[in-house]
Amino acid sequence: MTVASKIAADPRLDGLTVPAGGWPTAARSSALMRLQTMGLPVKRDEYWRYTDPSALVCEAPLPCDPLQTSTPIFGTVDKTRLVFVDGVFDADQSDAPELAGVEITRLFEVNDLDLHWAQGLYGKLEEAGQSPVARPLAALNTAQATEGMLVRVTGKPEKPLHISYRQSSKTSEAILHHVIKVEAGAELTLLETGTPGARSNVVLEVDIADGGTLHHVRPQGRAHGRHVATHLFARVATEATLKSFTLSLNGQLTRNEIVTEIVGDDAAVHVGGACVGDGDAFHHDDTVFITHDAVNCESRQVFKKVLRNGATGVFQGKILVKAGAQKTDGYQISQALLLDGDSQFLAKPELEIYADDVACSHGSTSGAIDEDAMFYLRSRGVPEKEAQNLLVIAFLGEALDEIENEDLAADLQSRLEAWFSRHST
Amino acid sequence: MLEIKNLHVQLEDEDKQILKGVDLTVGAGQVHAIMGPNGSGKSTLSYVLSGKSGYEVTDGTAMLGDVDLLDLDPEERAAAGLFLAFQYPVEIPGVGNMTFLRTAVNSQRKARGEDEMSAGDFLKFIREKAKSLKIDADMLKRPVNVGFSGGEKKRNEILQMAMLEPKMCILDETDSGLDVDAMKLVAEGVNALRSEGRSFLVITHYQRLLDHIKPDVVHIMADGRIIKSGGPELALEVENNGYADLLAEVA
Ligand SMILES: Nc1ncnc2c1ncn2[C@@H]1O[C@H](COP(=O)(O)OP(=O)(O)OP(=O)(O)O)[C@@H](O)[C@H]1O
Ligand SMILES: [Mg+2]
Repeated sequence: MTVASKIAADPRLDGLTVPAGGWPTAARSSALMRLQTMGLPVKRDEYWRYTDPSALVCEAPLPCDPLQTSTPIFGTVDKTRLVFVDGVFDADQSDAPELAGVEITRLFEVNDLDLHWAQGLYGKLEEAGQSPVARPLAALNTAQATEGMLVRVTGKPEKPLHISYRQSSKTSEAILHHVIKVEAGAELTLLETGTPGARSNVVLEVDIADGGTLHHVRPQGRAHGRHVATHLFARVATEATLKSFTLSLNGQLTRNEIVTEIVGDDAAVHVGGACVGDGDAFHHDDTVFITHDAVNCESRQVFKKVLRNGATGVFQGKILVKAGAQKTDGYQISQALLLDGDSQFLAKPELEIYADDVACSHGSTSGAIDEDAMFYLRSRGVPEKEAQNLLVIAFLGEALDEIENEDLAADLQSRLEAWFSRHST
Repeated sequence: MLEIKNLHVQLEDEDKQILKGVDLTVGAGQVHAIMGPNGSGKSTLSYVLSGKSGYEVTDGTAMLGDVDLLDLDPEERAAAGLFLAFQYPVEIPGVGNMTFLRTAVNSQRKARGEDEMSAGDFLKFIREKAKSLKIDADMLKRPVNVGFSGGEKKRNEILQMAMLEPKMCILDETDSGLDVDAMKLVAEGVNALRSEGRSFLVITHYQRLLDHIKPDVVHIMADGRIIKSGGPELALEVENNGYADLLAEVA
């Protein structure tokens, strides 16, 4: 993509203005300018080669039937829950936004509140993440979002913070922008669950100071018709840890981008995802960019997809090791299990390394279910469908192992098992 | 118990005949052994009986009691009482041995219209069986056969057999790769299961296993056929003289 070709104004951006409201207005205006330079994404953009963004940027969201709620996810885990319905905070359905060791402010109410820490971050990590690759949907989000949570973590809260999305309208558009600042030595588990709207654009800016830790676990809901774009921008300092895991079931179009810059020594970033796609309308894209700009850091990417009935999965993952980022340990694996010949997995793993003392590896595989394992299970009396489900769950289980909290992992695993037993016909 | 008649099998993808008319009858409560040169079709016979895909039966029948095996899916054959201890047990990453066994036991019970075994009963049952085969708790927790030594894999096969209590057990070279003590353990495991209602077909290259598991009948298979059957002394003859004389006899 050349910037010049797009400066001739994207007509889709005509008349776009930024919402007013306190100090974020300046950040929004600056994001709008960025966006106007970049233009909205189109299929011919190199970065959108495998995924057609048109449903994410067309004028009105395509309708999506809200999911009838089932048993609430992480129902047995004690947590502080903040609920957004169709992208708007719903105080009545939420817990009081109070959690020892955490300051929580709603973006919508920020106006002239002097949140010094947030002013330095809102839109800033997104802006930093626009190079070397443009991410216009994220700039659009910064420019347009009025909802989201600004969360400052100063201690080690005893329970997770839970951002819970619900969709009630068939045509809702949810634009949410959260900022999480983990102060030195602090630690938070952030749960982000559900489908925000028929169409969603969610940005999470995460800044982790020295020795801080963020665990992020994100089951994205099960609404079939949803269109989702998410961006996680993170900056990770010395001895800090970021662990982020996403589970995606159903949905039509999902693009999850993770852009992480490791700026302090001895830090660790683990990102992972499991995805299950069924049907030719399903398209799921994980796009990850991890930059190592410090010494002795570790990064891990583990992404697994199970695809059937013509579903499409995409993985674009890059590890960039800057000059001087010695002793980098970078690992990346993306794997797809294709349950039939109609489904496809498109992968573009990349390494770009400018330091000499590093250990980086990447691998990508896609294949059918192991017939020998199937026969072994069936020869012991396990019926075909059940045998297949066992193998599929086992395959995804290796991604779920990336989640540190066993209760959370077990809940996600049981969702997967339930999904497969419902959908095995 | 098991009655195989004139079984002809070829590969599905290739015009290659592997079994060329196998006739074999194993009576209830009996132990039969099959010996034979490499590549003679012993494993193929065991796979075809258990329903592995890739083989085409062009002629013949295989009955387990009054059940026509060749009509059934592998899981239905298992529920009907057939069990194959694999020559090369398969590793299944991510599926715990215990989960696997519990799923298998309960699937078979369900298929037979029986109640599932409770978690408590299952645990008691498996612990008892595992102990007699010197399989420790750690091996039960690990993924099926992953990282198991050759001998551990074979013992795990026998554990599965003990748990599933089949009527007809086929053991394909369960003795290869076992040290002397493990071989004894496996033989004891088999002998403990011997009963009037249960039969065994033991495929082996060595007489040694047959010292522990006394066979009623020994068959020699060559080039896709049973070329000779006899008593335990036939195994001794093979051990001492190899197959040359036997092959010459039929040629
Ligand atoms: N799926 C297959 N594809 C190609 N050839 C096959 C296949 N299965 C069996 N064969 C061939 O059929 C013949 C019989 O093989 P089988 O494994 O049954 O022999 P075996 O008697 O068990 O030998 P061993 O004593 O070495 O275990 C061999 O020549 C083998 O190569
Ligand atoms: Mg063999």
